[in-house]
Amino acid sequence: MSAAPPLPRWADIGLLPVINLAIALVVSGLVVLAVGEDPFRAIDVMIQGAFFYEGSFGYTLYYTTNFIFTGLAVSVAFHALLFNIGGEGQAYIGGLGAGLACLALDAVLPGLVLIPIAIVAAAAFGAGWALVPAWLQAYRGSHVVITTIMFNFIAAGVMVSLLAGPLIKRGQSSPTSRGFEESAHLPDMQEFLGFFGIEVARSPLNLSFLLAIAACVFVWLLIWRTRFGYAVRTLGHSPRAAAYAGIRIPRTIIVAMAISGGLAGLMAVNEVLGVQHRLLLNFTAGYGFTGIAVSLMGRNHPIGIVLASLLFGVLYQGGSELDLEFQTITRDMLLVIQGLIILFSGALAYMLNPALARLIATVVAHRESREAPA
Amino acid sequence: MSELAFQILLTFDATLRLATPLIFCALAGLFSERSGIIDISLEGKLLGSAFAAGAIAAVTGSVYLGLLAGVGVSVVMSLVHGFACITHRGNQIISGLAVNILASGLTVTLGIAFFRRGGQTPTLGADERFQPIALPFTEILEHVPLLGVVYHELVSGHKLLVYVALVAVPLAALALAKTRFGLRVRAVGESPEAVDSAGVSVTWLRYRAIIVAGILCGLAGAYLSTAHGAGFIREMSAGKGYIALAAMIFGKWRPWAALFACLLFGFLEAASSRLIGIEFPIIGEAPTDLMLILPYIMTVVLLAGFFGRAEAPSALGTPYVKEH
Repeated sequence: MSAAPPLPRWADIGLLPVINLAIALVVSGLVVLAVGEDPFRAIDVMIQGAFFYEGSFGYTLYYTTNFIFTGLAVSVAFHALLFNIGGEGQAYIGGLGAGLACLALDAVLPGLVLIPIAIVAAAAFGAGWALVPAWLQAYRGSHVVITTIMFNFIAAGVMVSLLAGPLIKRGQSSPTSRGFEESAHLPDMQEFLGFFGIEVARSPLNLSFLLAIAACVFVWLLIWRTRFGYAVRTLGHSPRAAAYAGIRIPRTIIVAMAISGGLAGLMAVNEVLGVQHRLLLNFTAGYGFTGIAVSLMGRNHPIGIVLASLLFGVLYQGGSELDLEFQTITRDMLLVIQGLIILFSGALAYMLNPALARLIATVVAHRESREAPA
Repeated sequence: MSELAFQILLTFDATLRLATPLIFCALAGLFSERSGIIDISLEGKLLGSAFAAGAIAAVTGSVYLGLLAGVGVSVVMSLVHGFACITHRGNQIISGLAVNILASGLTVTLGIAFFRRGGQTPTLGADERFQPIALPFTEILEHVPLLGVVYHELVSGHKLLVYVALVAVPLAALALAKTRFGLRVRAVGESPEAVDSAGVSVTWLRYRAIIVAGILCGLAGAYLSTAHGAGFIREMSAGKGYIALAAMIFGKWRPWAALFACLLFGFLEAASSRLIGIEFPIIGEAPTDLMLILPYIMTVVLLAGFFGRAEAPSALGTPYVKEH
């Protein structure tokens, strides 16, 4: 088998990801068929549920917000060739930061002061939770994948013991904190846009969506327009080149991971400050892991991540409609789709690369040979 | 025998039962990783095989057909992982993650479609599960002080797969240390170029190693749903695959040390469930939530190199590109 010609850039960025996604969706459709339902009806239900019902698009964007944060988190680390699987735990502990700030200060501070403090606390706690794995990777060579997996479980244990113990609302048995005062509620989009005279349907969408968009701009500037971003990308391309260029590798690893953890922590702003208004168990609900799929599909670029987050937002919101419409398909179908996307867009991302490159080369050669005699 | 001593004995007994799936999975991870393939998909294979074993045992009424199905499904999941990261040289962590997430989704989706019980499989009757095995001499030893009780409570009366797990450890150690296959697996994890230039196929060797991993995870899954439990329930692997991964790392990629780690982690789980709500002098109520995360903390501390160094196989995680 001769070596395949290189894949043109437009096909690598545009065509291949779409084909991989299409394969994942087709296989998902086959699973739907296998459990005895009509995949086309399922798609119809999901699209109706994600876009057309009253307030449904707000729900879609609310999920999208979570995925933008966790997707950006994975991507920043990935640019430094670090695989941060710990987004789930970092978001969880980020929520603890935001929650502690609110529980401690919501009686004394007005919202305009408290909410920024809580947001900073979310980012700081998330960053702090990423710091130990980062330090161990940078100075002790412990693989960040394994340590972040362990830290996810440690985070879960810490949260259970805190919420069942010191943080539990007095006089109740379910492990949640007391609700925050009104001042600690992040305004929702309906309220915010209503202020400008724009009316939208009620949904959990809140101002953290704007924070997510700002985070995208921040990450783009950071990675492509700063000296630090240059160091991160150099490290990601070739650690040896980075060392020769005088880049301080341990420091770059630690800062990149801290930013990654901070972004994951911000996901809690949406959930804890924007929607739940209290601390509770498992509010991260796997969004941290989905961030990996989002980052893979978005090719670690903020624009790609927004598009991938929107896709996952549609899947999640549309998927919750599946529960209502079908007997046999539930939200668990989302995990199947997500797993297949990670498989085909991530692990098998380059499976079709040689074949596609050959096909394109043949088509191009064919066209040139037809044009040449004229 | 005092009540306390008897309680401790029962805790050890529970330790053995809880450590069994960890032992299988840790050995599975060991074969995979010693060959150079990172295997975070232990969790998914455990879940997938537990579902398959529970479902087939319920449908056919045969625990052994269930076992076979569990092993089969787990091997297929291994092959998916291998197809992505051996054949197509994909990222091994991404591939493992995909397998885990797929397992979470598919077990429940298919479970609901087949059985309509919210993702559970039907509860298995006594003859559809593995039964405790009374080892010989239990009655003779019954009247011997201490030994009789220990033999009766701790050694005898486990299910078949518990003993299989305990036998699997020396077998795995022997295989890795003495057999041609085991030595080659270790070689391919350290230096695939050397194995390749000796004329042995790196690809086929790694595939065989992950098939072994699949079989071992399959036994663990079948144990969960048809021996330890009585049917599959959603997310029944509950992070055990990751604890096994931690145990394997804690055991420094060696079978006997991994066994020790599995027993230690199993003991923490067994002890914590017995200590819930019990008040101690000085420390107060037992910190059972924290006991359950101790395995992860210990593994991180070990990885940090603060007590002994855990050296991973040197080619771990690197896809092999054959030179032409």
